[in-house]
Amino acid sequence: MNEIQELYREVILDHNRHPRNFGEIEDADRVVEGINPLCGDRITLYLRLNKGNVEDITFNGTGCAISVASSSLMTDKVKGTSVSDSLDLFDKIHRLLTDENDYQAEDLDKLAALSGVRQYPTRVKCASLAWHALKTALTGSETNTSTE
Amino acid sequence: MNAITASQSNIKLISDVASLRADIPALHQKIWGKPLAYLDNAASSQRPQFVIDAVSNHEKRNHANIHRGVHKLSQRATNAYEGAREKVRAFINAGNSREIIFTRGTTESINLVAHSLGLSQLKSGDEVLISWMEHHSNIVPWQLICERTGANLRTIPITDRGELDLEAFNQLLSERTKIVAIVHVSNALGTINPVKEIIDKAHSKGAMVLLDGAQAVAHMRIDVQELDCDFYAFSGHKMFAPTGIGVLYGKKVLLEDMPPYQGGGEMILTVTFKKTTYNTLPYKFEAGTPHISGAIGLGAAIDYLSRIDFNAIAKHERDLLEYATSQLSDLPGSRIIGNAHKKTGVLSFILGDIHAHDIGTILDQEGVAVRTGHHCTMPIMEFFSVPATARASFAFYNNRNDVDQFIGGLRTTLEIFS
Ligand SMILES: Cc1ncc(COP(=O)(O)O)c(C=O)c1O
Repeated sequence: MNEIQELYREVILDHNRHPRNFGEIEDADRVVEGINPLCGDRITLYLRLNKGNVEDITFNGTGCAISVASSSLMTDKVKGTSVSDSLDLFDKIHRLLTDENDYQAEDLDKLAALSGVRQYPTRVKCASLAWHALKTALTGSETNTSTE
Repeated sequence: MNAITASQSNIKLISDVASLRADIPALHQKIWGKPLAYLDNAASSQRPQFVIDAVSNHEKRNHANIHRGVHKLSQRATNAYEGAREKVRAFINAGNSREIIFTRGTTESINLVAHSLGLSQLKSGDEVLISWMEHHSNIVPWQLICERTGANLRTIPITDRGELDLEAFNQLLSERTKIVAIVHVSNALGTINPVKEIIDKAHSKGAMVLLDGAQAVAHMRIDVQELDCDFYAFSGHKMFAPTGIGVLYGKKVLLEDMPPYQGGGEMILTVTFKKTTYNTLPYKFEAGTPHISGAIGLGAAIDYLSRIDFNAIAKHERDLLEYATSQLSDLPGSRIIGNAHKKTGVLSFILGDIHAHDIGTILDQEGVAVRTGHHCTMPIMEFFSVPATARASFAFYNNRNDVDQFIGGLRTTLEIFS
């Protein structure tokens, strides 16, 4: 596998082509917009929370393959889990994207494909956009997040 | 100044542009194991060894503060700095070197005019006319000033080809128009605007004209007297000189009436707590210690360019643009943004639904440097309904190999996303 395919793995390309959980939730409890001013990526996350769980989560917007795939993979993974597990996952992904010691968490499944961005510092923001939006949605009162 | 005399007399100018590639050290390196194809010249150009040497020579031997010391180094530095001003004057054919103000770049030049001229002369109900294809640096300063003065900002629309809608311009222009601020060459579209016509029309209504020349100076000869523009702004780093240095040209009669933009050393004659008297032009607008080595580098870049036939540069870049345009048009899903009749070597495009940022990363892997994003021209992106474009932009030192490598990288991109 050459280096560029390390970044654009099949899982990433697939989730870019067919994003899961794409759309709006009409009765969402949290709506958060994430913007990456550098490349104009803009995604909106919709969450419905119930008894400390992420009952439903969707996203829409436009972005590069990395940010769309990351959003799609994230919604797949987070849907149905608890808020605290989702926040743990945020920390793991954050390390996965930025840790220089090749951090690999065990239970990430498909999300492990995101580790390809480590070689591309300019693309880390693309991969983390949705995750910052998620964290804002779960913890903050703010409704906008930006990777800058 | 030798080179200036060379271009004015009939000493033969270099027309074999391709041979000049050897002068640019940065181009001779590998990126990810591939030869570098640098196609991001509209963002910033690379420096010839000649410019690097001029700056380093100054730093090694001649550096001191200017206009202040009686000692030798200060004299050398002052002479070199003022010599650079004279080179800039000749380069754009201004009538007087007092009309050349050194700034940090195009952005600061425009802000200077917007603040100094705009705040002192614009009144509620006046109009400032810009266009849809302006760089943010020729939009935001005017928005700020219009907010403060109550003047209105009006915008000339563009056509699907990416040209100014001149009929709309004629209608928007009126006695209320005080300032017309227009990009000479669009960084996102490559469009060369008919600035002479715009200037003449604006003057007939009594409006002043500022041209944003950031994308023009490296590609065509500029004659500010022939254009009769009131202000002309450009950056050194887009014309083979260092960053942090740029120029504002302004007509002397206008600059003389304008209040200072920043206060400090260098821009004063006398200071008392009751009243300060300002220095003469151009120093009135150059508060503080300037970017001395940057100005010297800019002077060297002008010397370098003055040896080259600008018609040959234009022809070479047009050839590259046509070659790249036809190759790109053959790729499935390609759409070129900006198809003006008159263009510089700027090729903005999208490729199917592949995001520009992904194109940029894959091209980088192939050794090809392009810009991706909104190019600080969000209104243009909105007009063409695209979130971002990828942009290849040429300078005289590019060649067809660069284009081939670029197109090859796009084919790889298409394969990965197929
Ligand atoms: C058309 C145009 N105007 C203004 C600017 C701003 O130039 P600078 O960042 O050097 O001040 C640029 C550079 O990106 C440009 O392309």
